[in-house]
Amino acid sequence: MAFITANWNPLGEAFYRKTELYEMCWNLRDGLRDCLVAAAPYGGPIALLREPVRRSPSSRPQLEIYSASGVAIASFPWKSGPVVQLGWTVSDELLCIQEDGSVLIYDLFGSFKRHFSMGQEVMQSQVLEAKVFHSPYGTGVAIVTASSRFTLATNIDDLKLRRLPEVPGNTWSAGEPTCWVVLTQDRQTKVLMSNGPELYILDTTSCTAVVPPGLGPQAGSIVHMSVSFSYKYLALFTDTGHMWTGSSHLQVNTKKTTPPKQMVWCRRPKSQQPSVVLMWDRLLMVAGVTLTPDPRFPLEDPCVLIGELDGVRIISSANQELLQEVPLVCQEIFKIASMAPGALLLEAHREYQAASFGKCFLTDFSPEAFVSTCRELRVLNAVRERGVGLPLTHTQLVYRQFYPLAIEVCRYLKIPDYQGVSRVLKHWASCKVQQKDLSDEAIARAVCVKVGDSPGVSYSHIAAKAYECGRPELAIKLLDFEARSGEQVPLLLKMKRSQLALSKAVESGDTDLVYTVVTYLKSEMNRGDFFMTLRNQPVALSLYRQFCKLQEQETLKDLYNQDDDHQELANYYVTASYREKRLESRLSLLQTAVDEYNKAKNEFSAKATEEEMRLLRFQRKLDDEKGAGLLGLSLQATMEALLALGLHKQAEQLYRDFRVPDKRFWWLKLKSLAEKEEWEELEKFSKSKKSPIGYLAFVEVCMKSNNKPEAKKYVSKVTPEQRVKAHLAVGDLEGAADAAIERKSDSELAAVLARCPASDRQLLDRLNRAAAAAAKK
Amino acid sequence: MAAHLSYGRVNLNILREAARKELREFLDKCAGSKAIVWDEYLTGPFGLIAQYSLLKEHEVEKMFTLKSGRLPSADVKNIIFFVRPRLELMDIIAENVFSEDKMHSPRDFHILFVPRRSMLCEQRLKEQGVLASFINIDEYILDLIPYDGDLLSMEYESAFRECYLENDQTSLYHTAKGLMTLQALYGTIPQIYGKGECARHVANMMLRMKREFAGSQNQILPVFDTLLLLDRNVDLLTPLATQLTYEGLIDEIYGITNGYVKLPPEKFAQKKQGEASKDLPTEPKKLQLNSAEELYAEIRDKNFNAVGAALSKKAKIISAAFEERHNAKTVGEIKQFVSQLPHMQAARSSLANHTSIAELIKDITSTVCFWGHLGVCASLVSASEAFFDNLTVEQEFMTGVDTDKVNTYIEDCVAQKDPLIKILRLVSMQSVCNNGLKQKVLDYYKREILQTYGYEHILTLNNLEKAGLLKLQSSSRNNYPTIRKTLKLWMEDANEQNPNDISYVYSGYAPLSVRLTQVLARPGWRSIEEVLKMLPGPHFEERQQLPAGLHKKRQQGENRTTLVFFLGGVSYAEIAALRFLSQMEDSGMEYIIATTKLLNGTTWIKSLMDRPESQSS
Repeated sequence: MAFITANWNPLGEAFYRKTELYEMCWNLRDGLRDCLVAAAPYGGPIALLREPVRRSPSSRPQLEIYSASGVAIASFPWKSGPVVQLGWTVSDELLCIQEDGSVLIYDLFGSFKRHFSMGQEVMQSQVLEAKVFHSPYGTGVAIVTASSRFTLATNIDDLKLRRLPEVPGNTWSAGEPTCWVVLTQDRQTKVLMSNGPELYILDTTSCTAVVPPGLGPQAGSIVHMSVSFSYKYLALFTDTGHMWTGSSHLQVNTKKTTPPKQMVWCRRPKSQQPSVVLMWDRLLMVAGVTLTPDPRFPLEDPCVLIGELDGVRIISSANQELLQEVPLVCQEIFKIASMAPGALLLEAHREYQAASFGKCFLTDFSPEAFVSTCRELRVLNAVRERGVGLPLTHTQLVYRQFYPLAIEVCRYLKIPDYQGVSRVLKHWASCKVQQKDLSDEAIARAVCVKVGDSPGVSYSHIAAKAYECGRPELAIKLLDFEARSGEQVPLLLKMKRSQLALSKAVESGDTDLVYTVVTYLKSEMNRGDFFMTLRNQPVALSLYRQFCKLQEQETLKDLYNQDDDHQELANYYVTASYREKRLESRLSLLQTAVDEYNKAKNEFSAKATEEEMRLLRFQRKLDDEKGAGLLGLSLQATMEALLALGLHKQAEQLYRDFRVPDKRFWWLKLKSLAEKEEWEELEKFSKSKKSPIGYLAFVEVCMKSNNKPEAKKYVSKVTPEQRVKAHLAVGDLEGAADAAIERKSDSELAAVLARCPASDRQLLDRLNRAAAAAAKK
Repeated sequence: MAAHLSYGRVNLNILREAARKELREFLDKCAGSKAIVWDEYLTGPFGLIAQYSLLKEHEVEKMFTLKSGRLPSADVKNIIFFVRPRLELMDIIAENVFSEDKMHSPRDFHILFVPRRSMLCEQRLKEQGVLASFINIDEYILDLIPYDGDLLSMEYESAFRECYLENDQTSLYHTAKGLMTLQALYGTIPQIYGKGECARHVANMMLRMKREFAGSQNQILPVFDTLLLLDRNVDLLTPLATQLTYEGLIDEIYGITNGYVKLPPEKFAQKKQGEASKDLPTEPKKLQLNSAEELYAEIRDKNFNAVGAALSKKAKIISAAFEERHNAKTVGEIKQFVSQLPHMQAARSSLANHTSIAELIKDITSTVCFWGHLGVCASLVSASEAFFDNLTVEQEFMTGVDTDKVNTYIEDCVAQKDPLIKILRLVSMQSVCNNGLKQKVLDYYKREILQTYGYEHILTLNNLEKAGLLKLQSSSRNNYPTIRKTLKLWMEDANEQNPNDISYVYSGYAPLSVRLTQVLARPGWRSIEEVLKMLPGPHFEERQQLPAGLHKKRQQGENRTTLVFFLGGVSYAEIAALRFLSQMEDSGMEYIIATTKLLNGTTWIKSLMDRPESQSS
């Protein structure tokens, strides 16, 4: 216990400690000299490329991948072009950025996965420098070419190249920008670049000069810069040996005029103070709030610094150390003469179970945090085991193919299945299908047994892997297990199993997916087969019909023809007839419609269509003869127009030919005559036979034309039931009263009473009496 | 801004907030200034999610309506298309992108598909050669939009038509997805009931989707106890009938779209004292209608005949409140009075508005019930008489009077060339109430319609037959009377003023759909098996497993909550009836209503019409 604070080095308010994580297992003959080294954060793997700059065309550099503890994972000779930079993605894939701008991607075990290019223009002018960076969008790559242009890809899994604008008055054409870093700010990725004492921020559209506050020109040219893990802090190093950090406006004089080999932020969440670790050939220095940088550590071997969330890892050929600020809670416990509760507790119970002991004293303290912390500590210890690696997340654990351990960890940490075990299983299965020595049958069975219907495992994902490895049969077998039919479709299409894809799309209920397969089938198959396929899938067929209705009328007709759907065919021809300008073509389409309606045994529609044709011919004839402008009107509107033109004979002819109901025709004629004020004609009409619409209609129509005398002529002809209303309509109160009294109807009496002016006492009395009598009954 | 969404049993504001958050995230993805190009149909529904101010905060500087040709000039960095996934819109977008002056001002293009992106549309953009011009192609999953504290709608206009005429179940897929979103926010709904083919299909998809996402299910205590899925074609009758609630009548007469109504301005003229109102406003008066307005929340679900009394009572309360100022003596009392003034003034202007609306409606509906029962032809009657006659015939049909003969009133209306939709509503109603019409009667009506309104409507008639609204009577007997009696669809003594039954919403007719809902809650559907078999489509019950520990422990007397989803549309009167059930003291059930579309008979029939002649030009 006494030596816990022995390796604590004070700096300002805080302490820094450097602890050894591992003695490295690897055996590097030449150390880290002349190597490109990349180590993934969060205790990730380490990649080494020896002598990237080839001495002769025949010598091939060796690419080696190690776990964080130095256990060899993969090693192979590099056969591709010269590499500028190595880097790791968030999912532990190795990126090798070549001079020609192409980026090769390998998995953790050294198998090649894919490659992409940083753009055409790079090809001509070579990548000078490259950086791999991480942001909420994933892993990105930034390069700068010999022609001093930057190109960015923010997320290599969704590749969109952004070429940044040129720097105005560019003066480093002679060489390269002195130094640069990538920033992620306001959801935008930018490049911060120095050119002598000047600083520029480049984003996709502009280049802005910035001046760091408090950094005067006397500080000299900026030769090194570094951003913190969280992109919140910036450190600059100048050729006069000054270091400037953005947050504290601090300028530290390191009294070192050579630029450091590496400069890395050393922070932790809830840090007491920001500090930067600088490394020179034989010296490591922590620079922070005080003006004189301290502490310093001598270095024996060439080292590499890796910035972590909570410190800096220092890797050398012999060992690996972690340099970090001592957390406040530890300080409080172990600081000399500390009186913090933790320290007292430790004093009381000098064991690591201090907390366990202490929690007994707290009555309303939930043990959950304690239990889960202990659990996590145990897991971290387990994975720190030399054979495994370092402080890992379980994802990283899975990617290293320690499946049983990963599953145990998930279960132990009580991670919900779909986030934990399922992901492990998915990864396992994806590797399993690549095993060449096993039969399709055996693999499918093995996968099914292990994965079962674990929530969140995508069989289509596994199947896609199998297909990628050239095992389509296995892929189909695996797809059968997929619950999400929608997921199966794209792969099935890729595998040219279009029929199966169609039925799966239909099953999913996602109509867009059905449409997608249908369009695909349409381009793949000949028309006959295509129609036959649709015929077996009614849902797809009706969707395709919908599509045709909007896009391909002709195909629609063929579809109906194929199905012998005469009703729809007829409707189709009816619709089509309205698109025709010429009457003859219109009539011929309607005739086809009649035939189809007959075939569909729809007598009514066939007859109605024939009538329409007759009407059209009639209208055309009259239009030609009299210029009546009838074509296209309804039968009723045609008769109306004829009557308005005084063509009574023709109107009557239509009335008879088309068997128009008497009532409707009487109404039509009545209104038409009243409108034209042909009162004599109207009277004659009223007497032509007994009115099918009664005579109240006559009264009201005349009144509407403000012709009371004419209206009165018809009051007497009105049926007794309507007589009160007829009298009222012409304003004859007396008559209405007489009729109502005669009929002894209380509602009618009430209605007349309501219209009766209070001045007409006599009438009121009569009505009231009658009402009383009616009520008595 | 949308506080009224959170007053109800279920806080629907959570849904709105989730939608807003997603919108903001998308807008931020397109860094810099932006202009939105709108698919016009979306602006209404979007208005319920986010006002212009939200867009403005995220650098939306201009808004345009999507139309072919060249995009208007705007000095912005991003152009974002907000569109439904429709092929015809893709062609317009392609045209827009093509005609962009590339040399002059390079602008970034983005597409936001609502409610879902579509491979078909992207394929189309690819064929047109513009797909690569888009930096972001995204989807904005907006299925269910909160319209009020207890009301969600997808405003998917063509849902009924697509499902029943075209066998296109796209809307049902969106429905199922929308319900999944709802469950993600409000917990898994343990019980699902349904009636109808579409209901079955939606339930199947939901269960499938749940299996697909098995394991990722949320750990939220379920807010809804039950989901009831109802096909519109189980109850074709209700929307055909004229709604008689206040809100229903506003919708019938003026039409409510996305929570707004446009009214004739005359009655809303501001009359200043001593000033002759010379210039009457000519612009229609636009009013927002929702429960944020206290008075409206109070009266909207009342039968219109009870609205007058409610308004005058409110008027008395308000004027009494204003009189209070005379009693305010001390400074403290005066201060208190003044602090209430804004609220009182809002109440007064709300009262004035609704009094005007009620007057407008009254002019059309007021029933001087003298001629009605005399069976007089609807000849040249005033608007109110026409309204009354129409109602009388509807009620005759609903009670089963002479539904098997040609109806004189309908004949007269045709002769008078009343609006076609009115005729179609009435004929359909007669057909539904008679379980189909005799060949002779059906042919007669159809012929009357074709001869009077034009042959082109043969397609519309064909559609109505396909949808089951018009039907040829098959040999089997008319089972509508059985349904009516078992479900008590007609209540002779409906109390409009102080209702004790849902039948008040149609002054006698209790909407079938809501009766089914009511019976489901108590005593259960088992009691009406026979009737359920007469109605189209299967009825079913499904249970969804809840994760352990999420089973509700119900308090004594705590109400259960049911989400009623109308597939194919719902009318305001049905909503009113469900609200009435929620408020009934002994019902023990609260209802939240969801639908594909808010509709009335007119908009519904309109969606089923085909107009070949309008395409001819």
